Amino acid sequence: MKFGVVVFPGTWSDRDCGRVVTEVLGAELEYLWHQEKDLKDCDCIILPGGFSYGDHLRCGAIARFSPVMDSVVRFAAHGGLVWGICNGFQVLCETGLLPGALIRNDVCEFRCQWTHLVVERDDILFTSTLRRGEVIKIPISHGEGNYFADAATLSRLEQNNQVVFRYAQPDGHVVPAANPNGSIHNIAGIVNREGNVLGMMPHPERCAEPELGGTDGLRLFKSVLEAFAELVV
Amino acid sequence: MVKLKAQVVVMLKPVVNDPQGLTVRAGLHRLGFEEVEEVRVGKFIEITVTAADEAEGRRQVSEMCRKLLANHVIEDVRFQVEAVADREQAGAARTE
Amino acid sequence: MAAKKLREVALTEAEYQTIVELLGRTPNDVELGMIGVLWSEHCSYKTSKPFLRRLPSAGSRVLQGPGENAGVVEIGEGWAVAFKIESHNHPSAIEPYEGAATGVGGILRDVAAMGARPVAILDSLRFGPLPASRHLFEGVVSGIGGYGNCVGVPTVGGEVYFEDCYADNPLVNAMCVGVVRTDQLKRARAEGDGNLLLLVGADTGRDGIHGASFASLELDDSSEQRRPAVQVGNPFLEKCLIEALQELVDHPAVVAIQDLGAAGLTSAVAEAAARGGSGALIDVDKVPRREGGMTPYEVMLSESQERMLLVVERGRQAEVMPVLEKWDLHYAVIGEVTPDGVLTVEAGGRVAARLPIEVLTEKAPVRTLRGRAPNPTRHRLDLDSIPAEPESVKGSLLRLIGHPNLASKRAVFRRYDHQVGNATVIRPGGDAAMIRVHGTRLGIAMTTDCNSRYCELDPYLGAQIAIAEAARNIVATGARPLAISDCLNFGNPDKPEIYWQLEEVISGMANACRALDLPIVSGNVSLYNDTDGRSIFPTPVIGMVGVIDDYTRRLEAGLAADGDFVLLVGASGNDLGGSRYLEIEHGLFAGRPPEVDLLGERAAQEYMLAAAGASLLHSAHDVGEGGMLVALAEACILGERGVRCPALASMGELRTDALYFGETQGRFIISAPSRSMPELQNLARRHRVEIQLLGMVGGADLEFEGDFSVTLEEMSRLYYGAFD
Repeated sequence: MKFGVVVFPGTWSDRDCGRVVTEVLGAELEYLWHQEKDLKDCDCIILPGGFSYGDHLRCGAIARFSPVMDSVVRFAAHGGLVWGICNGFQVLCETGLLPGALIRNDVCEFRCQWTHLVVERDDILFTSTLRRGEVIKIPISHGEGNYFADAATLSRLEQNNQVVFRYAQPDGHVVPAANPNGSIHNIAGIVNREGNVLGMMPHPERCAEPELGGTDGLRLFKSVLEAFAELVV
Repeated sequence: MVKLKAQVVVMLKPVVNDPQGLTVRAGLHRLGFEEVEEVRVGKFIEITVTAADEAEGRRQVSEMCRKLLANHVIEDVRFQVEAVADREQAGAARTE
Repeated sequence: MAAKKLREVALTEAEYQTIVELLGRTPNDVELGMIGVLWSEHCSYKTSKPFLRRLPSAGSRVLQGPGENAGVVEIGEGWAVAFKIESHNHPSAIEPYEGAATGVGGILRDVAAMGARPVAILDSLRFGPLPASRHLFEGVVSGIGGYGNCVGVPTVGGEVYFEDCYADNPLVNAMCVGVVRTDQLKRARAEGDGNLLLLVGADTGRDGIHGASFASLELDDSSEQRRPAVQVGNPFLEKCLIEALQELVDHPAVVAIQDLGAAGLTSAVAEAAARGGSGALIDVDKVPRREGGMTPYEVMLSESQERMLLVVERGRQAEVMPVLEKWDLHYAVIGEVTPDGVLTVEAGGRVAARLPIEVLTEKAPVRTLRGRAPNPTRHRLDLDSIPAEPESVKGSLLRLIGHPNLASKRAVFRRYDHQVGNATVIRPGGDAAMIRVHGTRLGIAMTTDCNSRYCELDPYLGAQIAIAEAARNIVATGARPLAISDCLNFGNPDKPEIYWQLEEVISGMANACRALDLPIVSGNVSLYNDTDGRSIFPTPVIGMVGVIDDYTRRLEAGLAADGDFVLLVGASGNDLGGSRYLEIEHGLFAGRPPEVDLLGERAAQEYMLAAAGASLLHSAHDVGEGGMLVALAEACILGERGVRCPALASMGELRTDALYFGETQGRFIISAPSRSMPELQNLARRHRVEIQLLGMVGGADLEFEGDFSVTLEEMSRLYYGAFD
């Protein structure tokens, strides 16, 4: 299968995601420049981390209007896999592909640190090799990762089981102390109702090799690769 | 054609937590302004546009607010529009 | 010449006479302003230059020494490291957030101009004590994060210290490390007659033009007010600039790249032309402006951020422009390289300035002043008046590791993205950080170091210690130290005591560099760090890089496995002068810093590299401030493991307080499996290094049997909680 990594001006996790795809996972890769509409037959589109357009006005607000995003929205509507990481999650919320918004961390500071996430869904492609209830360790790096949704949206999200990851203690307990940024319900990642658009603040591409402190992130990439292989078969 | 200056104020919705506002409020309290009840921090945007008339200008700015300037999931937006004669005057208004 | 006018460009009457002689005529106002700024201390190093020549800058790995945008050393497999450290002290004192942010921006461009991709930032920061200096501390830390996080270069290390002497004059020294293929190394030489000068990046505004009101008498008061006192960085633009340069580095049409920093276009063009042995013609009307009505003087001296000068082969500019347009960068051809050795500035079709390049650069004056050693009896220490037995070793340890100067700086570095790039194999918090080079197993270790208290007590020794300690930080990761970039922060050199400090520090550095075989390949001098007549401590910050051939064999500071032996490498003495123990436990700032036995230092470092190279070790940590016990406690905390040690027998003349908290140089705490012990002992004999078994890894306490015991939990709480 082929991964596509979107590059906006100001994106900086593009090469990190790209290297994980090609060098660690051994899959195909295309970089997709924001001005281009062609998704080059990619099977999974990654919107990576960074400060697209400097994150001016609001994170992801301007990136949303790039030509490539028109194609990504259409691709998602046809069931294509779209994976927003960090700034990519912010872009997905701005675009409306995912509900809610990401606002300034409640600590009013940027946070770069490891977090533990409890996995809430294992029936979507992105987490096909994980188990529901297990705890994985993935770092965050953001100033505005505080997930917010109004009460109605939030209850819909929970009812529809759209929360994929929550910040938790190493033993899996979801408590305020494990929440690094003030996200409502400790939400670290959500999926759309159809299960093909995932947004998450933590950076799985930063923990795909033991040399970088962990490999739980690689399991997400492998999930996509393996689940996709089965789909195609 | 008329040159207009729009002043746009973007505020987090009352229901959205505003940690910046809380921090500023705590700071004001520390400085002895104990009477401060609430602080909300928002954005102020000035836009100079040329439009056929003021109504048209308002329509344009409203569209800008809807499409880009505010995220309606978390933010409320309001604006006012006034006519400016030329660039010098716009500059003068700014320094006041 | 009107004295007032000269004062405003910071030139003396004598310097003015020299200018008239060199030109054979009187300069016009634009010319005088250009010369004034390039002859300033900041640009010409007129006071420090005679000393700087004494520092060794050559070495077999050196590809580029001082005098370029950054120094460059080879690390093998066709790769090189470009790096430089620079101060942004005064701007940070005025506006901490933007001052620090633009400091980071400037140093990134220096490294990018060498054709390198910036891969890491380190920041060496000094403030007055908290909470009084909280505002500066918060602003600077936020500014570094605000710029570095946005630009996507990890901030992986540095230092943060709090001392009274920095209360009104904080130090913000930023270092950038980049990697470049040796065959893609760029040099900022304006060569090739007729080649084009392309100005790329931000539009030019009235940023950073100070003390120059005279030069443009046509300016009225209102335009003076329009000059912003504070510059605002644009990391997003910088990110686009860096990416565009990376796409252009191996383009044959790009002859040279030069950063625009202090003194803006004037300095950038003069330096590039001087290196290329050429001249340049600039048409200021072609320079894209952010605002109207700017004079030629303002355009030539603007210090607007996020700008680069490219020298492009004439006729091939069309090949370069698509890349600049792709990244939405403004650009303009503003002039060309000339063969005449003269910088000609045209405005409105007329010549506004015409100055020989050498007048702007190498003819800049050199000042030699007279230094005077301060009273040698000041800061005298009488150790006999202090009880040799600490009241409670445990109590002292906990106060030391919980002190903001020794405690973990996690509260700072978790605000910096230190992982972007997927290359940070040693994260901040240990001795040196390490960045791997993608596609290889090479690891680049990097650190900044300076104990300015030592330098105040004895600048010669203090400077040696700064270099020795930085090298130990690198060695503790298993990497071999390669080269240095230095940032020399001093008070007003017109004071004889400060001038003396400068002389002593340079002598100490030169000596240590030679003994440890470390060239200084780039650097920066910041003088006049005075407030109300009070000077900062002499603060020669040493930025150092090293290399390890295989980063999978790197070492970290934390204890790694239960059952390992813990050893102290290097002999200990009664070295309490200038120590943190005396400061924190006895309120004393006194004594002579520890002597540095440079031969012994080198032996200890070679021993460590041999042991690490033979994979005998599981962890290694430099013994620095706070001495052996603080280093051991840090090894426990970072490794989340305890250590059990038999009671330490007091040895001969060694005092108990010095045994635990003395700061003798040339020492490490290491841990190793038992199978390594025979070989470690053999190596120690061969390298003539003393090693001492301290104890064994295990449990949840740091314990010296029969003496004291402290839990990991208690230590961690204090160590990580100092900034809460």
